[in-house]
Amino acid sequence: MSLLEVAGVTKRFGGLVANRDVSFTVAPGELVGVIGPNGAGKSTLFDVVTGFQRPDAGTVHLDGEDITRRRPDEISRRGVARTFQKLRPFTGMTALENVMVGAFQKTGHVADARDIARRALASVGLGDKADAHAQGLSTGQRKRLELARALATAPRLLLLDEVTGGVDQATVPGLVRLVRDLHAGGLALVVIEHNMRVIMEISQRIVALQLGQVIADAPPADIVRDRRVIDAYLGESWRA
Amino acid sequence: MAHGRLALGVALLAAALLFPAFVTLPYPRDVLIRIFLFATLAQAWNVLAGYCGQISLGHAIFFGTGAYTSGVFVARDVASPWAAMLVGALLAVVLSQVVGAPVFRLRGHYFAIATIAVGEIVHILAVNWDFIGAARGLYIPIKRPDSLVNFQFHQSKAVYYYIVLGLLLLGLGVTRLIERSRLGYYFRAVREEQDAAASLGVPVARTKRVAFAISAALTAACGTFYAQYLLFIDPESVLPLSLSILICLVAVLGGVGTLWGPLVGAVVLIPLGEVTRIYLGGTGKALDLVIYGALIMIVSVVQPAGLVGIARRFRRAA
Amino acid sequence: MGLVYALIAAGLSLIFGLMEIVNFAHGEMLMLAMFASFWTWALWGLDPLLSLPLTAGLLAALGWATYRGLVRFILDAPMLAQIFATFGLAVFLRSGAQALWGADFHLVKDPLVEGRLVAAGVFVGLPQLVASGGALLAFGLLYLFITRTETGLALQATAQDRQAASLMGIDTQRMFALGWAIGGACVGVAGGLLTTFFYVFPEVGAPFALLAYVAVALGGFGNVPATLAGGVVVGLVEVLGGLLFDPSLKLIGVFGLYLVVVLWRPQGLFGRF
Repeated sequence: MSLLEVAGVTKRFGGLVANRDVSFTVAPGELVGVIGPNGAGKSTLFDVVTGFQRPDAGTVHLDGEDITRRRPDEISRRGVARTFQKLRPFTGMTALENVMVGAFQKTGHVADARDIARRALASVGLGDKADAHAQGLSTGQRKRLELARALATAPRLLLLDEVTGGVDQATVPGLVRLVRDLHAGGLALVVIEHNMRVIMEISQRIVALQLGQVIADAPPADIVRDRRVIDAYLGESWRA
Repeated sequence: MAHGRLALGVALLAAALLFPAFVTLPYPRDVLIRIFLFATLAQAWNVLAGYCGQISLGHAIFFGTGAYTSGVFVARDVASPWAAMLVGALLAVVLSQVVGAPVFRLRGHYFAIATIAVGEIVHILAVNWDFIGAARGLYIPIKRPDSLVNFQFHQSKAVYYYIVLGLLLLGLGVTRLIERSRLGYYFRAVREEQDAAASLGVPVARTKRVAFAISAALTAACGTFYAQYLLFIDPESVLPLSLSILICLVAVLGGVGTLWGPLVGAVVLIPLGEVTRIYLGGTGKALDLVIYGALIMIVSVVQPAGLVGIARRFRRAA
Repeated sequence: MGLVYALIAAGLSLIFGLMEIVNFAHGEMLMLAMFASFWTWALWGLDPLLSLPLTAGLLAALGWATYRGLVRFILDAPMLAQIFATFGLAVFLRSGAQALWGADFHLVKDPLVEGRLVAAGVFVGLPQLVASGGALLAFGLLYLFITRTETGLALQATAQDRQAASLMGIDTQRMFALGWAIGGACVGVAGGLLTTFFYVFPEVGAPFALLAYVAVALGGFGNVPATLAGGVVVGLVEVLGGLLFDPSLKLIGVFGLYLVVVLWRPQGLFGRF
């Protein structure tokens, strides 16, 4: 039984079709990468899955339960966490407080939430920055913060939107290692990425989107050889 | 440093409690009553706007609810004003939920304007509603002898002082409790980044409603106090837009989102209003608003965290 | 009257479209325009209609000054600060007017255009008619300016995409200031027109501003031409409300309309959001 099942999702914004009949599944503990040029509908897909947008057609099932029309906070409580492409830290709070907001999903006590938050921060390597103001963190640190925040909700499925976007090259390997460790710990992940090297490295399967449609859904080795993907996205240099 | 702050707090509280015993002149006491009243009102508003980020510019409707509930109850001898305070608070909570349900779906400026619209609608309705006295207002019958039950004290207004001080302490206490609880974190998360909060499991709509309810109840309680203190209420004194604005002003000047901001704001603004009124005669009423307006502009630009924010900056620099 | 509302609302919409700031002091600017108009009449006998260019100019300057002196600093500030900045200005201007000129009502006597028309059994005040015509004319001019002139197009570009516009060499700061100046001018013209038949007093701005907000919301924040429709609708609702219900309740219809529109179609009837 798949953990996440997206079936026939279509989402229109006025005349623009952001997602057209998108279908794919994610098994428990699987790491699925999502690629596609800008405007392919990747972030919209995340919005639909996490309840920020309602699809015009199609369904989303989590562990067999229909979550298509559920609110984002309800979906989060069912074990789905996400990060945003445009980072949204709670700027008025410290890093620890940021993560505590996520931790409170699991407990009503401030002290317990604080513990969970500290551990989450440590797991992403921000343990020493717990009391720093979120505003003062660098982009790479903010990415980790969002990750910690999402992790504090103890999700079964984590959706990462461009986790290596906007950070300098030196920080990328650290983030990649982090994602790998999370996967190794049994977490199912769906990762949107532009950095092809990263996504090839970590994904068990890749879903390729173009103009809102799924044009391929296969392991990395096969994706690289898929004609349509190459034409749409990868370019000649990736031909094996 | 915590000891120093605690000592200061205790000292202030003691001073506040002992004040009427030492100063029997009615005027300073009345000023303090007004300060405490507005501080509590601003604190109530602060819970919704400062901590939860929903800027309501029509809060007077709750004040009016509290005032009119007790006014009607007492005028028609239905029940004791204290019962009325509870009922008023309850009505205010209901009103907040009814208004909040549709209006909270709006964001930012739209929300603010909607609250103005609601405030004005209620104002107009009240002016035309004969049951509560319409534009003529409502006189609350004087009941002698002074009694706590009747919530009227004519011999010495000192008891009013303690009641409103109690309200203020209640407001401060509630805010403090919220600040340190999960609810407080949720409030702030909703204020900062509503969507991110939702993605973390924060029930955004419900959080806003709770904030609104708390804020409304406290504001209504103040309204009941006001009715019993002045013994006359009319739509112009308890429901106008200018009252909603004044409540915001006090909170914003002192510092939204902070525990002590509203009190600081009231301590500065109310006496300022009195001073300009006394020394500047007829035009004084407007001149204090001129100063208010200028202050608000300056505060918004320079330090949105208000006077409390400015004080913090000094302390950090020191 | 709806047309006058539309003119007032046009300024608001323009400002919002440019920088996503609602000018809570818009009503007070209108009030100042009316006072300016009134005083030029009282002191120098110039009819409000004749002093229109002067009023418009004055308010344009005020708008521009407001931008340079206040709004510029809060462009990126949290929403609370933005709301309260213009709010503070509103309070400041309103009480300032009261302090300077008292709270009394003033009325221009013997205006240039007086009298009434009777059409199909309905009395229409001539000054109101002229005001509507003037408002329509001003609106038309504004529309032409925005769509036909180079500056106007630059304004539109800045409204749609600030960064792209600046990359194309458009000075966004100047555009913003210009937006405020035009908004001021709109309000200046509207104020002058209103002074021909309306009472002038410090509180006069508020109701008009509220109606303007509704008009803008109806047309869609940022969509200037649509505010014409919005203004007309508001005017109609106001009159209808006055006829169907007690006149003192007519504003409820307008506010109720705002709530309905804003909840049902947040982008307004023609909006772009």
